[in-house]
Amino acid sequence: MTDVVRSRTGGASGIGPPLWLLAELTYRCPLQCPYCSNPLDFARYRDELDTDAWIDVMRQARAMGAVQLGFSGGEPLVRRDLEALVDEARRLGFYTNLITSGVGLTTARIDALRDAGLDHIQISLQAADAEVAAAVAGSAKAYAGKLAMARAVKSAGYPMVLNVVLHRHNIDDIDRVIALCDELGADAVELASCQYYGWARLNRAGLLPSRAQVERAEAVTREWRERLAARGRNMRLLFVVPDYHAERPKACMGGWGAIFMTVAPDGTVLPCHSARELPMPFPSVRDASLKEIWYASDAFNRFRGDAWMPEPCRGCSERHQDHGGCRCQAYLLTGDAAATDPVCSKSPRHELIVQALDESSADHREVEGLISRHARNSRILCRG
Amino acid sequence: MNALAVPSLRPGWRLQWEEAQGCHVLLYPEGMVQLNDSAGAILSLVDGERDVAALIDELTRRYPDASSDELAQDVIEFFVDALQQGWIHHD
Repeated sequence: MTDVVRSRTGGASGIGPPLWLLAELTYRCPLQCPYCSNPLDFARYRDELDTDAWIDVMRQARAMGAVQLGFSGGEPLVRRDLEALVDEARRLGFYTNLITSGVGLTTARIDALRDAGLDHIQISLQAADAEVAAAVAGSAKAYAGKLAMARAVKSAGYPMVLNVVLHRHNIDDIDRVIALCDELGADAVELASCQYYGWARLNRAGLLPSRAQVERAEAVTREWRERLAARGRNMRLLFVVPDYHAERPKACMGGWGAIFMTVAPDGTVLPCHSARELPMPFPSVRDASLKEIWYASDAFNRFRGDAWMPEPCRGCSERHQDHGGCRCQAYLLTGDAAATDPVCSKSPRHELIVQALDESSADHREVEGLISRHARNSRILCRG
Repeated sequence: MNALAVPSLRPGWRLQWEEAQGCHVLLYPEGMVQLNDSAGAILSLVDGERDVAALIDELTRRYPDASSDELAQDVIEFFVDALQQGWIHHD
């Protein structure tokens, strides 16, 4: 989601403007995917920003330079004011992306969103198999609806990205997943290896694929790229490598507070949608302007630049490429948000990744045995 | 890509000037290309109606100080690259 191709050289020094605003309109969602990136305690946050407050957020972000806008959640279609928000966003000059499960979409709503100026719809698919999809999403009827809506989105003339979160229960079926996306007419497919935050962290042992599974999936993806190119079919396949199987950490969000800003349903402003899990306070649009938050808040300045870095990052020649990796992952695995991301083979805590892979190879749960993301489980897990 | 090809942006993609970035950007689903001055100047003229030769003529009028041979060469190279990158398509 932070794909910025820079064809120009140089760039201003210091803090650049935010280019991406992710508006998490709500944590409410009809699905219960056990790898949801929402925080475990999402049920606590019921006080959502209202329409006017979201419009104010969008105006502020646009004035600062943000140009890509994602409406996300939870399921953003739950918000009845989505069309009004899209309308205002488009008028402000944002490129507007709707990131949805497709549940709650109707042809009437697709048309209304088109009229409001929505630029793009991304639909998530859980699997190419109806039964696996139903088990993952906790809904037997969502799958058929998604496929129908994906077809409707294409016939309404939108560009369409399909997003499939890959884990051990669907990755071996990647050939059928890509074939399905091709058949649905996708312009691009994000084969997004599950990232282990929020509910996915909780279910990690039952989700992590093995290295052999990942290698096979990559090989199948490469074959598909060749086949698509030979047919002249323009469908981009983006394979996001699972960082537990990588040697170096990802350059998470392009760097902390570098280009990306998330506003959570209650108005909390975060450098990424998982940062709420970190043990530090984050400011809210209810108390401060986005400009103050982006440029001057302790939270947004905490991990900018490289002065905060410990060794081995501090002396590493790659520190400006990966920014020391992901702060949330560092915290979730080591208990220290300022540690080197343990994914890095140079990290003194890299054994945590090795242990996680060992632990998951001994886990034989089916999808149904994972902890579903829903409000009741959220309240049970996060009492007090 | 020949001189008679009519380039246009891919459907759903949008070119716009971004003051905060001081450049033209090409916006597409969940992504953005920051364009240099010449790429911005060329793509701004792409309207899905004019062919490459007409676009070169227009740019030559707008930038009379540039060597017209070099300009034509640059424009063609840009379109070949843009096509390869998937930024544009042509009829």
